[in-house]
Amino acid sequence: MSDFITEALRLAPSEAPDWLSEQRQRGWSSWKSSKMPTRKTEDWKYTRLKALEQGAYLGRAERQKPSSPTLTTLREQLQVPGLDARMLVFVNGFYSPELSNTESTDGMDVVHFSEADETQVDTIRTHLGTVADSDKYMFAALSDSWLDDGVFVHVKSDSKVITPLHIVWLTVPQQEAFSLSQRLLVVMEPGSEATVVEHFASDGSQQNSFTNGVTELVLDANASLCHYRLHLEEEHALHIGGVHARLERDARLNSFHLGLGSTLKRLDVAVRHEGEGAHCDLNGIYLPQHHQHIDYHTCIEHIRPHCTSREAFRGIISDNARAVFNGRIHIHPDAQKTAAELSNKNLLTSDKAEVDTKPELEIYADDVKCAHGATVAQLDEYALYYLRSRGIARDDAQVMLSTGFINELINNLQHAPLGEYLKPLLGRLFAQQVTQAEGTD
Amino acid sequence: MLSIKNLHATVEGKEILRGVDLEIGAGEVHAIMGPNGSGKSTLGHVLTGRAGYDVTAGEVSFMGQDLLALEPEERALAGLFLAFQYPVEIPGVSNMEFLKTAVDEMRKYRELEALDSVSFMKLAREVCQRVSLDQSFLKRGINEGFSGGEKKRNELMQMMLLEPHLCILDETDSGLDIDALQVVASCVNAMRDGKRSFLLITHYQRLLDFIEPDYVHVLGGGRIVRSGDKSLALELEEHGYAWLENEAVQ
Repeated sequence: MSDFITEALRLAPSEAPDWLSEQRQRGWSSWKSSKMPTRKTEDWKYTRLKALEQGAYLGRAERQKPSSPTLTTLREQLQVPGLDARMLVFVNGFYSPELSNTESTDGMDVVHFSEADETQVDTIRTHLGTVADSDKYMFAALSDSWLDDGVFVHVKSDSKVITPLHIVWLTVPQQEAFSLSQRLLVVMEPGSEATVVEHFASDGSQQNSFTNGVTELVLDANASLCHYRLHLEEEHALHIGGVHARLERDARLNSFHLGLGSTLKRLDVAVRHEGEGAHCDLNGIYLPQHHQHIDYHTCIEHIRPHCTSREAFRGIISDNARAVFNGRIHIHPDAQKTAAELSNKNLLTSDKAEVDTKPELEIYADDVKCAHGATVAQLDEYALYYLRSRGIARDDAQVMLSTGFINELINNLQHAPLGEYLKPLLGRLFAQQVTQAEGTD
Repeated sequence: MLSIKNLHATVEGKEILRGVDLEIGAGEVHAIMGPNGSGKSTLGHVLTGRAGYDVTAGEVSFMGQDLLALEPEERALAGLFLAFQYPVEIPGVSNMEFLKTAVDEMRKYRELEALDSVSFMKLAREVCQRVSLDQSFLKRGINEGFSGGEKKRNELMQMMLLEPHLCILDETDSGLDIDALQVVASCVNAMRDGKRSFLLITHYQRLLDFIEPDYVHVLGGGRIVRSGDKSLALELEEHGYAWLENEAVQ
């Protein structure tokens, strides 16, 4: 057994609700019997876990002092103007009532596993761990073995919840490197509608955390969920996470992902169409720079007929960074009349940047429409020249082209205030890249 | 305004310009004609500083500055403008944002006060109307999904907003119907103020029916083989380029 496998087990919680123990036990055995992936492990071919193994993220997350002035300022920055969301803030995994806005939302219950009532416990037990397959995703098994708490979002039948739920997972450095677990379960009853924004962030300083995150989304018949997962952490914050969704008949999922790079960042997004007529839009942007790494593995399973999926991921990779994109579409024998599209476009802004992209199609039904494509390009010199010939400096032109490359996805977000929130942030990131690149010339 | 002396240039190692001499004075309109491959567009791109278009000999001075020593953006700020034959599509960057950035840069360079968003919008809408483009084009990505004619109008719009000292129009008339051609002509004519100069690169005499040039030059084999007044264009229309090329060889 490798060191990290053993060490991680020591971080299992000492105290946790009894009703979670069975799942924790299963996770424990599954994680214990797993092996750390190597270059030969297909799913991990381009992502090494060295940073995790060497970093000794062995500390436990600690509760931070409530509402220090820094945290209060941070909260201001994390709030998305115009989104009018109900905001939950977690600091190093601990819920911070001081930083959260606890107003309740009609039709949507939000509780911590540890505070769930009997009916809620039943619902959680019915679904938790049934969407994220811990046999297939070893870090989901680790999450199970660490299971002491989590957030449960329950949207009632036919409730149209307009107020978005904005969950911020904030990290701040601790004395010693530490690990923390993020767990979210969203259960959408038939005919319900809601928006959930998962927002990962850190304070301005250099981080020393490893987050193992698992989010499970259950969409019952005709439910509709707009989901965002924004990874805007500082680059030393490690993250291995997964978003796992199950869609029943005519359910609709719109899921948008944004990832800045990190020393190690790996995200699995798995969507299962288990009812006829389900639809999912899955879009994402990844922007690693410096020596960062980011790996998105997406998998859409079409199990029943008449389902559709549209997926578009775009990446801008700069400096010495590396990105991995693996987009899998699996169409099962019964999934006739499936329509599935997948596109992945990459822009390399430096000679040393690297991307490994692989669309994977596995089709066992004969009456389906499927399209996929992947491209890797550099900044278009002719377009740069065109902009410069109008008096725009090269640096600015470069920022404009990078911004344009991802704006097509940002402009199509269902919640425009999020786009407005992200644009200046990304604009600053691109401007920084340009100036830094010049410094190293 | 512009003085080109013995300009030689290569593209991908191939010599395209072989000693171009041209003087353009303030307020003058020059037309350059010539067969395909004679180096007309290359001349335009060499003047605006496109990478890969390498000057191997000669000098170009523009408003007293050594043009060839400047970066493309510096040339633009100095007042040189090229209306592209093939404008680039840049999805995701709105035309409005692009135009505003370009105008901001130009005003900064000219030490003029920056336009606030409202004044700029007003100006952009006026110019949009002037080139007969629907205002929805301001919101779209730069040239994204524009037809050939719409792209050319967008070039004119940039030209009018940037108010350059020398405008080079690279086959702006190609592929345009007669209405669009008249829009081009009326924009150019409206911008003729006795100081601003124009260099019209064109295949056809047709454009010159609407924009009367002071001088017409014929480019052949990378050099100017004949110069004259507007009657030269009519002569070319009648006889084609073949006789001139023979002459050049002799």
